[in-house]
Amino acid sequence: MNAPDRTGLGNAFEATASGTLTGAPIERVEDERFLTGAGCFTDDVRFEGMVHAAILRSSHAHARIRGIDCSAARALPGVLLVATAAEIGHAHKPIPIRLAPLPGLDRFLQPTIAADEVRYVGEPVAIVVATSRYIAEDALDLIETDYEELPAVTGIEQSIAGAALVHASVGTNVATQYPVGRGDAEQAFASAPYTRRERFRCHRHTGAPMETRGLVAEWNGSLMRVWGATKVPFFNRGLLASMFDLPETAVDMIETDIGGGFGIRGEFYPEDFLVPWASMQLGRPVKWIEDRREHLMAANHARETECELEIAMDHDGTIRGLRGRAMADLGAYVRTGGGVAISRLAQYLPGPYRITDFACEVMAVITNKTPVGTFRGPGRYEANFFRERLLDLACADLGLDPVAVREKNLIAKHEMPWPIGRLVPTEGEGAYDVGDFHSGLHKALAAIGYERLPRGGTRIDGWLHGVGVACFVESSGGGKSENARIIARTDGSFDIYSGVSTMGQGHETVFAQIAGDELGVPLDAFRVHHGSTAHVDYGWGTFHSRAIVVGGSAVKLAAAQLREQLDALAATGHVGAPAEDIEVKLRYDTRGPTYSYGTHVAHVAVDPETARVKVLAYVALEDVGRVMNPLLAHGQAVGGAVQGIGATFLDELRYDEAGQLLSGSYADYLMATSTEVPAVQAVLLEESPSPSNPLGAKGAGEGGIVATGGALANAVGDALAGYRLPLTTLPLSLDNLARALRQARAAGNAPQAGH
Amino acid sequence: MNPTREITLRVNGNTVRAVCETRITLLDFLRDQAGLTGTHAGCEHGVCGACTVQLDGESVRSCLLFAAQVSTGEITTVEGLAPAGSLTDLQRAFRRHHALQCGFCTPGMLMTADALLRESPNPDEAAVRAALSGNLCRCTGYQPIIEAVLDCAESRAEATLRADQRHAPTTSGGAA
Repeated sequence: MNAPDRTGLGNAFEATASGTLTGAPIERVEDERFLTGAGCFTDDVRFEGMVHAAILRSSHAHARIRGIDCSAARALPGVLLVATAAEIGHAHKPIPIRLAPLPGLDRFLQPTIAADEVRYVGEPVAIVVATSRYIAEDALDLIETDYEELPAVTGIEQSIAGAALVHASVGTNVATQYPVGRGDAEQAFASAPYTRRERFRCHRHTGAPMETRGLVAEWNGSLMRVWGATKVPFFNRGLLASMFDLPETAVDMIETDIGGGFGIRGEFYPEDFLVPWASMQLGRPVKWIEDRREHLMAANHARETECELEIAMDHDGTIRGLRGRAMADLGAYVRTGGGVAISRLAQYLPGPYRITDFACEVMAVITNKTPVGTFRGPGRYEANFFRERLLDLACADLGLDPVAVREKNLIAKHEMPWPIGRLVPTEGEGAYDVGDFHSGLHKALAAIGYERLPRGGTRIDGWLHGVGVACFVESSGGGKSENARIIARTDGSFDIYSGVSTMGQGHETVFAQIAGDELGVPLDAFRVHHGSTAHVDYGWGTFHSRAIVVGGSAVKLAAAQLREQLDALAATGHVGAPAEDIEVKLRYDTRGPTYSYGTHVAHVAVDPETARVKVLAYVALEDVGRVMNPLLAHGQAVGGAVQGIGATFLDELRYDEAGQLLSGSYADYLMATSTEVPAVQAVLLEESPSPSNPLGAKGAGEGGIVATGGALANAVGDALAGYRLPLTTLPLSLDNLARALRQARAAGNAPQAGH
Repeated sequence: MNPTREITLRVNGNTVRAVCETRITLLDFLRDQAGLTGTHAGCEHGVCGACTVQLDGESVRSCLLFAAQVSTGEITTVEGLAPAGSLTDLQRAFRRHHALQCGFCTPGMLMTADALLRESPNPDEAAVRAALSGNLCRCTGYQPIIEAVLDCAESRAEATLRADQRHAPTTSGGAA
């Protein structure tokens, strides 16, 4: 860390050496309750007098609502409430954008319940509350809806063409369109000796946490309490309060144990208004737990994008420029984070390479499908696949080694901080902070034993072997601040309160590790409280891999302040725990994002007859600045990689031309199981501690997934080198790959038999 | 009204009796009537395994059974694995290997793995992967779960070996 200070940040935060707790592979304090069935997830919240909600959802992709007859449903014994937009005066209060309010998006906000028109299969049309969920679902069947079908828009090109409009009053399906770039791409391409252009497609899929969404709302006449909050409880509190014209202090969002988030859980959805509204009408606690079919059609989808991407190169593999057109299918409405993925996709197209001339036209369109949000590594996974695949295609054209071309073009350590320009219209100029991208590449290759691996279509027992490499960089530490509060109790214990939420990552353990090192006390002296609006004045929540980078930094600084106070007390001769509680409240403001980076390498074997792919080895390497707890950080890396490997081959939300969802159950939406995924080797480096925060930490939650699509597509492409497959479309499903092989054979691109 | 009947089940060694609709699934009976919320609903169509419990020692999907169907069997849920305040060696192996993150699939994983190790005390990795292939996990990537189950099996084998050695006769020709 003796390099000249080129960050402009000063050296206020010289990263501290690991203490005895941080950096140690400590078992989680959370685990016991989950292992014994004593966790309290949302559906485990029970109250006297609690009643149960179910939601009637549109069965049409696009239709005008001519009438809804609720009389039979209302007459069913046990039914307490049936409400449509007619009964809910607030229906037309749209749900606002939380992140990435790109120009034009706010014309397509989702109402909390459909009033005159439904625009996707799964859109809420009515809410029923009954004494049991069974009866509530019976009542849904008794509601008579009269729809007049309208033409459905189900594809990006169809949406742009605009023959049918999803929102007729807006007059276009194009939600946003803007150019970004840096340097002079046109000039770079005009003078480049080699260019290649491809059209790529990334498939629609989603996080699909094991626990579906749900909440319990209770209105007691003056206070609205909502259990099941996560991700951004404070933002959602403000939103719910404004919808009811209540002061924020009249709403409490309470976090329960959360069965996985992955970006999609905890954003403000229509049900987050409808269920509290029902509680207000009935004066009773109302529980709503989404079922899996609802989850797949109503919770945020993600990833569906297309990209025309063109690369300009010298014959020696030096990248001269990159340009393209990136398009996203946002679904029927723009939700709270609808613009995040497409804006990040454009931002991360150039990736970790020295690409000074870059231009991208960004476009996001509305269709009659479920609205999208973020999924772990939003925009990064997609951009990485597009660029890394294009790089390998260019290498094949030019007869160059894909590893050597990456080495040649990766931004060097001494070039940091590396300005990336202003690639997101809602943000300012950015720069990669610190990093040794080359070291990451070399160590990933060494970890998998790259030199010794059979590749390039080498045939062993009928299987063709291939190796694929993908390099990435991605930001973390979003949200501008975080609060922490620590109280030293008179019994020698400590309570830590944080404004971040947790969805299973293990923050209770890591925050105690961080504070334990500052205060010099053991882990079991701490109780960690998080995710509820009652704990701190405000909290920014958990997204953009910020919980440790920002939330952990706040805990560290608060603990340091508390230590000073305890030391001062000790200096007066006081021994042991304080005679009165001592409290420290601290707000930590970030200095902007920090950047994790790394390389993934995949070794696969492909059976060209059946299109079956076996992933034989997979290395996911990432430099996360500082590892707080290697056990947990490896868990994030391996879990993220497996989620991405599964998604690259299996997960897919498919629609027919009428806009009907074809993969609305786990029998159709395939997620990786224990027999389908390899043992992933996660390598975590600490070579480039972040200068932006006192922990030196960078996000560790998302890098595992980012480069999976790129590395696997390149590995399969390498194995099938003899077939010269472009592999520009994900998923690499059996269907898609078999079709590509058939087409290659039909085009005469298959290798001769016997080879 | 939907038909109701009195349902009596044996759960974790206790008798649980309730009058419910006959259409109540075992999953909902365990959660709502027996108050055992460690068994989770993940998909309610028998794919994800989050609701796995044991019926007479074999792992079953509680979302695919009606409570009224299982009145003659002994049901074990995650709450019945270890006495209160303690963990089994399998649960401890899960913690040691960080085999759980959000913890939602964990009870189902434990019930499947516990049944596997009873039936097949020394499984290899492929056998563990096959046995757990009906339990989805979205957090861990399965790897640490596999490692935990294998580790637990090895520890048990070693303990058995040590016990055998302790009890082995010191002179030859003793036990047949």
